[in-house]
Amino acid sequence: MIHRYKLNGYNIVLDVFSGSVHVVDDLAYDIIGMYEDTDTDNIISAMLEKYASDSDVNEAEIRDCIDDIEELKNDSRLFTADEYADLAFDFKARNTVVKALCLHVAHTCNLNCEYCFASQGKYHGDRALMSFEVAKQAIDFLIEHSGSRKNLEVDFFGGEPLMNFEVVKEITAYCRSIEKEKGKNFRFTLTTNGVLLDDEVIDFTNRECHNVVLSLDGRKEVHDRLRKSVNGKGSYDLIVPKFQHFVERRGNKGYYIRGTFTHNNTDFTEDIFHMADLGFTELSMEPVVCPPDDPYALTYDDLPVLFEQYEILAKDMLRREKEGKPITFYHYMLDLNSGPCIYKRISGCGSGTEYMAVTPWGDLYPCHQFVGNPEYLLGNVYDGVTNPAVQDEFKLCNAYARPDCKDCWAKLYCSGGCAANAYHATGSVTGTYKYGCELFKKRIECAIMMKAAQAENAD
Amino acid sequence: MKRIKTIETRDLKKSVKTGGCGECQTSCQSACKTSCGVANQQCEKCLSEK
Repeated sequence: MIHRYKLNGYNIVLDVFSGSVHVVDDLAYDIIGMYEDTDTDNIISAMLEKYASDSDVNEAEIRDCIDDIEELKNDSRLFTADEYADLAFDFKARNTVVKALCLHVAHTCNLNCEYCFASQGKYHGDRALMSFEVAKQAIDFLIEHSGSRKNLEVDFFGGEPLMNFEVVKEITAYCRSIEKEKGKNFRFTLTTNGVLLDDEVIDFTNRECHNVVLSLDGRKEVHDRLRKSVNGKGSYDLIVPKFQHFVERRGNKGYYIRGTFTHNNTDFTEDIFHMADLGFTELSMEPVVCPPDDPYALTYDDLPVLFEQYEILAKDMLRREKEGKPITFYHYMLDLNSGPCIYKRISGCGSGTEYMAVTPWGDLYPCHQFVGNPEYLLGNVYDGVTNPAVQDEFKLCNAYARPDCKDCWAKLYCSGGCAANAYHATGSVTGTYKYGCELFKKRIECAIMMKAAQAENAD
Repeated sequence: MKRIKTIETRDLKKSVKTGGCGECQTSCQSACKTSCGVANQQCEKCLSEK
């Protein structure tokens, strides 16, 4: 399977099953489009007719181009066959280890963001803070079920995790005290709204956290519209100076300024550029996840606007890069050389198998987005997974599990998509959140185009 | 090739044999939390080999 598209002056051909990316001229682009279902003579006559006014295109040139395509095909870099379906089948029966936990250390929040999927941190339940005892048991559960996997990830999440900073510190110290003896390496992430960010937190995160995710939606009016304090006041003025101070002290360690865009700000690149103007360089901006009848829900009418926005962003990032002031956008980070292997590309995020969320009470869910849904309760950190049927359901969530993905060129980039989004959109974790697919495909097209531009600039 | 420029990419077919160590980051764990994408994840093994 191939995917051909034109973007920003580049003709791009992606060979889906080898992962190869080709940047081609117009003639090659047209020939590749006809190659599989048209014989050579007909390709030649069609191209001679189409390029009649182009003196550079003659029969010999066309034949040379066809030969090159043939060579790439023989080299498994074009029209590569799908040989992974059986691999995906094996995935169903595979034994998995747990390698990441999303620790909900606080089911409460000091902000009252309207669009919060976690219903202001409470996940449709009671307010609660995780005790050290539950957190410790969660870590012990993780180690016990991690097999020979060395790198273990723990995300301090909420609600607002800094409302339970003491337990965050204590559990981090516990992990550090045992990781050597257990042959593990813990990587911590903290996801925070920034309200409680101070020098003590910064010292802690700089010492301990592999990554810190800071929530900011962009322009003041956009941010304050939905990210409000409990008394209804916008939080922008409170958190932006804290984030700037944090990033100043972060050095070259990982962080993301992460925003959410909604129907209210479909011109979200303005928010990303605003983040850049504030001095932030590591940026992420996600489409809101909410019921379609919410007033800020994205609509199908928004899609063309959003597509254009992603293109604007990609072009502007290339411009900034040329000027020596690059920014990173999470969804445009593609490492074509050292990116994920085919197993990762098929199996996806690992929710419910390799990745689980833990509530303040120690209950296990497939991921943070299922927390509070009794149908998806996996078990708890004391008794382990007591509902293997749910886990088996999630083992099936891979790039080959969804009928809608069968002929999709992007399936090895999204692994079939987010199970939670699929569930919320269709009622099934193996359904397809089609709106999300459209945005995802556009982002990958832009990201690959940027690689084409960067390769051209490097020549 | 005159009309086709191939960008260097990891050969996914070859990674059937070389991949699968499972040490890579859980994709949702980094910055999105509301979508699924593996393309922006780095291969832990490739990184250590670098």
